[in-house]
Amino acid sequence: MIAAHLPALAVVVPLAAAPLIVLVRHAGAAWALAVAAAWFSFGASLALAAQVADAGVVSYAMGNWPPPWGIEYRVDALSAFVVVLVSAIGAAVAPYALKSVAAEVPGELRYLYYAMHCLCLAGLLGMAMTGDAFNLFVFMEVASLAMYVLIALGRDRRALLASYQYLLLGTIGATFYVIGVGVLYLQTGTLNIADMAARLPAVAGGRPAPAALAFITAGMSLKLALFPLHLWLPNAYAYAPSAATAFLAATATKVSVYVLLRFHFSVFGESAVTALLPMPEILIALSIAAIVTASLVAVWQADFKRLLAYSSVAQIGYITLGIGLATRDGLTAAVVHLFNHGITKGALFLLAGGIVLRAGGARFENLRGLGRSMPLTALGITLAGLSLIGVPGTAGFISKWYLVLGAIEAGMWWLAALVVLTSLIAVVYVWRFVEAAYLSEPGEAAPRPGEAPMPMLVVSWLMVAACLWFGFDTSFTVGGASRAAQLLLGGAP
Amino acid sequence: MQAFASHYTYWVTVLLLGAGLYIMIARGNLVKKLVGLSIFQTSVYLLYIAPGKLIGGTAPIVSEAYQVYSNPLPHVLILTAIVVGIATLALGLAIVVRIREAYGSIEEDEIVAADAQAGDGR
Repeated sequence: MIAAHLPALAVVVPLAAAPLIVLVRHAGAAWALAVAAAWFSFGASLALAAQVADAGVVSYAMGNWPPPWGIEYRVDALSAFVVVLVSAIGAAVAPYALKSVAAEVPGELRYLYYAMHCLCLAGLLGMAMTGDAFNLFVFMEVASLAMYVLIALGRDRRALLASYQYLLLGTIGATFYVIGVGVLYLQTGTLNIADMAARLPAVAGGRPAPAALAFITAGMSLKLALFPLHLWLPNAYAYAPSAATAFLAATATKVSVYVLLRFHFSVFGESAVTALLPMPEILIALSIAAIVTASLVAVWQADFKRLLAYSSVAQIGYITLGIGLATRDGLTAAVVHLFNHGITKGALFLLAGGIVLRAGGARFENLRGLGRSMPLTALGITLAGLSLIGVPGTAGFISKWYLVLGAIEAGMWWLAALVVLTSLIAVVYVWRFVEAAYLSEPGEAAPRPGEAPMPMLVVSWLMVAACLWFGFDTSFTVGGASRAAQLLLGGAP
Repeated sequence: MQAFASHYTYWVTVLLLGAGLYIMIARGNLVKKLVGLSIFQTSVYLLYIAPGKLIGGTAPIVSEAYQVYSNPLPHVLILTAIVVGIATLALGLAIVVRIREAYGSIEEDEIVAADAQAGDGR
């Protein structure tokens, strides 16, 4: 009975938890509610992924209105993959948040943090599951508005300005998406994504369809922080509360990538609209610019959280590079890196949150001598850093491997060489951490000996362990991603 | 000329869209930027609603007597979009109030200068 309603329940439970938390107001009870909701969503997502593995596509008619008239929740291999990532990160960050939020957010505002965590989770899961283009916009705004609040809760006053800038740019991105969907709706008369894909080839000849593609691509590129539309990202990640940064960095941009994939391949795939615009060339050129520029900028940062933020922009470049290649291996690389980078960056930001808690900040002078004062944290960051570089034996290697394969498959040897070369820039910025943590004497700003509180450390290390685990056992990640890639290249399911 | 006139709603949409974006980029005052954002979003409301109206069309009533009707769906969608727009504007203004409390100004250049003065101007 319950199993049939999993798609709705995974979204509705955190969505309902948010107003409950606001009514409760007590920080401890709010935290317990948020953890319960996040874990329920995670369990539901895993069960849903198992259903999808058996049945192929799970379709759920919201309110029993049959699609394409009603709003359909449609979970296929790709959405199930993204849903598992988002709910896993949500379930991991919620227990971590207790101590971290207590240290970084003023007491009377803490319950709001947990309410926003639940809203954001519900919005992101809804985006990944819905089969309705306009419903997707509504969930995008639910998630985004919650994110703006999460960022504004940061204790530095620059967090307010970062949140404001993100609000402006994020709304422009979402509005561009709505314009694109509106044009598609005027052309096809439907908002159901699968139905739209079926009707689009008949009307793909004119000017509106490429215009819609351009609007949606530009809007989602803003949301996923594709270079040069990434300007909101570094400040937002650097000044948000640590738990919020880990949650957003690992999920928000990834779900936007999912939307881009969904429209580029599932909707426009069969209608050859993409051939009217030089989309692959644009994506590849911007991705290379993102990888090179953002990696170089990351090397020069004085703040470790900002360094990681710029590194995120570069890593998103690797994901969009895979999308631009549009081959089987390229898409597999994009989807796998979406997951692997999510857990890697999640682990790094969670550990950085421990440093912020103990040392009051994550500037490089705080990191000096970290190998002695916080040995477990320093080791965790080093291991996750290796995954960021793409060293064999870590999750990051798997995605780079498929990316190189994809580039060779597309006949672009120089691109494969470039992927390997740019990974060396990542070596430089990860080395800067190792140098500060292990090879420098502790300065005045370094933390006193002592690890982060136990729950934070356990959650962070679980993520680090996941980075290593998925470097060896790739049946879930690569298996799921290659099924998703096949689905995308085969047009709408 | 007729093509131009018969598509006048689109020209208004484009004009509002461009004006809104321009205000957001060109103005340094944080409240004025939000005004630009509102105008920008309003252009999309028009893009959806205008094609939903048919001259001489009725409400969608299932009856032999009415053959031509206006599509109600765009209006419903835009009601939702208006709610989203209001929520965004409200949150934006709330953040501007907090910025004013923290910096004592809502002019972008003064805020950037204040941050640069406060030390590590990054």
